[in-house]
Amino acid sequence: MPVCEAVKFSMPEYWYIREGYEERTNSFFDKKPEPELIKEYSLGEHDFVNAGNASGDIKLSLKRLGVAPEVLRRVAIAAYEAEINMTAHAKGGDISGNIYAELIHIEFLDHGPGMKDIEQAMIPGYSTATELVREMGFGAGLGLPNIKKNADVLHIESEEGGQTFVEILIYFE
Amino acid sequence: MKLKQVLELLDGELLTEEADLETEVSSAFGSDLISDILHLTKEPTLLLTGLTNPQIIRLADMIDLFGIVFVRGKIPPKDVIDMAKERDLPLLSTKYTMYKTSGILYNAGLRSCKI
Repeated sequence: MPVCEAVKFSMPEYWYIREGYEERTNSFFDKKPEPELIKEYSLGEHDFVNAGNASGDIKLSLKRLGVAPEVLRRVAIAAYEAEINMTAHAKGGDISGNIYAELIHIEFLDHGPGMKDIEQAMIPGYSTATELVREMGFGAGLGLPNIKKNADVLHIESEEGGQTFVEILIYFE
Repeated sequence: MKLKQVLELLDGELLTEEADLETEVSSAFGSDLISDILHLTKEPTLLLTGLTNPQIIRLADMIDLFGIVFVRGKIPPKDVIDMAKERDLPLLSTKYTMYKTSGILYNAGLRSCKI
């Protein structure tokens, strides 16, 4: 079961759909088809050793399926930034990579503590990263903007004190 | 430019013994910010950085890197070097700063990565 099923309650949310993809995307979320392949991962808080595993593995799975290198790159970058966010800003969480013939849908549900202001977090350069995280080369405030740039669809639901749910869609063509 | 020339020009140390020094390197990019590296590199590149944590090796799972040059004499911990070996990712270290490293390679004809 995709992790988004767990988030049914109403929260502040953010939607981005790349121009031209509205119809396909609405139809996808209306139908909620069964994925052909589901890859699931868990990530611990501040686990900077394993962060990136899921993204690398998802990229490899898609590569084996013959997805074009430029698309692989976009999937890897978007997924990796989301994975790093989960490690750096949340108490870890779960990732589900749902693979279809024509697209990938990746869901990230963390263990909190939620975001104060989603719109603000979308501004390039805005960061709440700690010193520890910055020392590792993160915290440039480009995580969410980088996801948006590489994904065809980005949806975020979060509120302070709760969980954050992020999902992305990337079409293969 | 071949990796062995990079090593010679930078008076560097090879941290991954089995690396193929005949590997052809066509462009380079330098940064200590991971999001910048992900965001800006548009083609396979040699990466110059001062970051030595495991995530710098993970980057090679996301984008295509010919290898990593650690500047300012930085040497990553053994487990990070092992991660690179598993991925056949060449690691070099040089005592030169990012600026000097970039200048030497650029002067020798190694162009900037397309951004």
